[in-house]
Amino acid sequence: MAAIDGKQELISRLQKDILLWQGFRLTENLQEKVGLGAIEKAFPNGVFPVGSIHEFVSMSREDAAASSGFIGGLLAALMQRGGVCLWISTAQVLFPPSIKAFGVKQPDHILFVHMDREKDVLWAMEEALKCSGITAVIAELQGLNFVQSRRLQLAVEKSRVTGFVLRHNPRTLDSTACVARWRIRPIESILDEGVPGVGFPRWEVELLKVRNGNPGKWQIEWSAEGFVLQVQRKQSKTRQSKERKLG
Amino acid sequence: MKRRFASIWFPYLTTDWMSAQRPALRNIPFVFAAPIHGRMVIRAANPSAEAQGVTRGMVVADAKAFLPSLEVMDERQRLAEKLLKAIGLWCICFTPVVAVDEPDGLIMDISGCTHLWGGEREYLKHIVKRLKGRGYDIHMAIADTIGTAWAVARYSKVTPIIESGSQLDALLSLPSAALRLTEDSVERLHKLGLKTIGSFATMPRSALRRRFGDTLLLRLGQAIGYEEEFISTLKPIAPYEERLPCLEPICTDKGIEFALQKLLEALCRRLSNEGKGLREATLRCHRIDGKTEQISIGTSRATANVPHIFKLLALRISQIEPALGIELFVLEATKVEDADSIQEVMWSNKTGLEAMELAELLDRLKSKDSSCEIYRYLPDQHYWPERSIAVASSITEKLAIDWQIDRPRPTRLLATPELITVAAPIPDYPPMLFRYKGEVHPVKKADGPERIEREWWMDEGEHRDYYYVEDDKGRRYWLYRSGYYGDDHAHKWFLHGFFA
Repeated sequence: MAAIDGKQELISRLQKDILLWQGFRLTENLQEKVGLGAIEKAFPNGVFPVGSIHEFVSMSREDAAASSGFIGGLLAALMQRGGVCLWISTAQVLFPPSIKAFGVKQPDHILFVHMDREKDVLWAMEEALKCSGITAVIAELQGLNFVQSRRLQLAVEKSRVTGFVLRHNPRTLDSTACVARWRIRPIESILDEGVPGVGFPRWEVELLKVRNGNPGKWQIEWSAEGFVLQVQRKQSKTRQSKERKLG
Repeated sequence: MKRRFASIWFPYLTTDWMSAQRPALRNIPFVFAAPIHGRMVIRAANPSAEAQGVTRGMVVADAKAFLPSLEVMDERQRLAEKLLKAIGLWCICFTPVVAVDEPDGLIMDISGCTHLWGGEREYLKHIVKRLKGRGYDIHMAIADTIGTAWAVARYSKVTPIIESGSQLDALLSLPSAALRLTEDSVERLHKLGLKTIGSFATMPRSALRRRFGDTLLLRLGQAIGYEEEFISTLKPIAPYEERLPCLEPICTDKGIEFALQKLLEALCRRLSNEGKGLREATLRCHRIDGKTEQISIGTSRATANVPHIFKLLALRISQIEPALGIELFVLEATKVEDADSIQEVMWSNKTGLEAMELAELLDRLKSKDSSCEIYRYLPDQHYWPERSIAVASSITEKLAIDWQIDRPRPTRLLATPELITVAAPIPDYPPMLFRYKGEVHPVKKADGPERIEREWWMDEGEHRDYYYVEDDKGRRYWLYRSGYYGDDHAHKWFLHGFFA
């Protein structure tokens, strides 16, 4: 019995070591949660990985807007302590006042860097990620290959800055060294019966890839309190029943 | 070596300067006046005004009474002081030791300088000619002591050059005021009938000390030469520049880096000792074929941090074409500002936008590529969406107004709105569907209209009626109609942004 316990302990310690070697670091502070609720469980140890690179894939401009909004919600949690954030792109598309609606208290603490070429955007992102005085760096790109993403990940491991790469219409989706690959799509907002207008923004959040975690799909709403995970019991039930039928 | 001093007196310093600035004033009587005890008192008069009886210290109203054509100008603060300093720095071309003699003169130590101009007489003539050419009326004298030179420049009309050792002879016939005494002492001397220096210079010292104090004796001694006198000289600001000549011509990147590191260390040591930092720097490389290559950088905050400036310059080293080799490196800080002292940096631990790290990062980004632009946006007091944000002028600029979030605004705003075709049922109602880039979007939910008027004082055109709409697939857009509905013209609809 004691031997088995010892083995279990050994294995769990080895697993933790492997995570460390792969650039994962445990956040001692539990307050660094980003308010994503159940989605955070998909990550190793159930903590949203701060200080690593996240990749967001968008196939249309609507998706890009939804991804920007979602990142805004994450930034709100990250920038709570008055940090500075860099948004690197080739042209200005983000409308700063709207980010305030996603809980970022000081949209003026986001600096927008415009570079002419994508190559320079990547260079600027790497430089920015090395600078530990920054909270988060967001780059809008099209292409990102494994080598480039590995460089970004290595830069981040020292400085503990969080990086978001927003990829528009990527030609190929090769594997990258990013810790997670997200896809955010807008879905219909829900209003009470008879209420006119448009409801809170609602997205379908898909985690296509998570290193050492479990990919998944969720529906989420951004309300006045922050992210609200929508329980999709009905859909999942119907899907399960369908699967059963197929099986 | 015998010491020789020159004293230059500018009887009309400020007015001469004004005449040089505005030649039309040259023959017109004009004065500078300043309010003293509620009256306008003349502080300086030009020669033409003085010839007609207007003198310093007169009340402007009195002068105007007998000279109605008198031009009166306000006195400029510290103008004489600034002029004297500038002229003094220019005079360094005649002797390295120049001092300002307030309020209207200069003192120069010319020992060992005059032979370069061919003797004292030529030297004096040359300076007088140069300054007269600039429009200044000057009186200059040369003597063994500052006191005698001063007195002769102002009061003697005989000869401006006093032979070595004959100070007393020159002074004897001059009035007692020529000894740089206070007005009280001069008045007391006059009351006793001691009008010239000669009348009391030979009196017993104890008698003079008893009646007039130590000052008179000190001044007399300084003029004759048995008391030492000191002047505080003008020091020109040395440019922040470092030079590195090389024995062998340098033509590799590595060599340039070594040179740069060495120059930066020397320059930054001086800067940090003086509590300053550089904002702009230029590295000039003089090649052996006589051409000069140069690279320049700028920083967003004054800094004397060697590794940081080195990184900025190192990004540009590839632009230097060494050809056959570089024989001289010159690093110059072209713009220098006060920097936070080291202690302050160590203790303050600034975070956020004021962090030194961030400033350094932005410098690196900017120097990498000239096309790189960095913006920070602040809310502006406009409803018009394009104008509701303004680019901040500096990284630390504070918000004037708060960010507005009471109205829905899209996450991504198009720089130029894109034309769409719509089907809208009734005026002022949101469209039923719209076609954008060939795709039809049936509108399921809508909010609006939000009318935003154009700011007529800034540009012309029609107002916009904005709608926040959601289509059947849950995609959210910001649409607007330009202007009113009307039969005579086709109303236009645009897509202006995407909501999250």
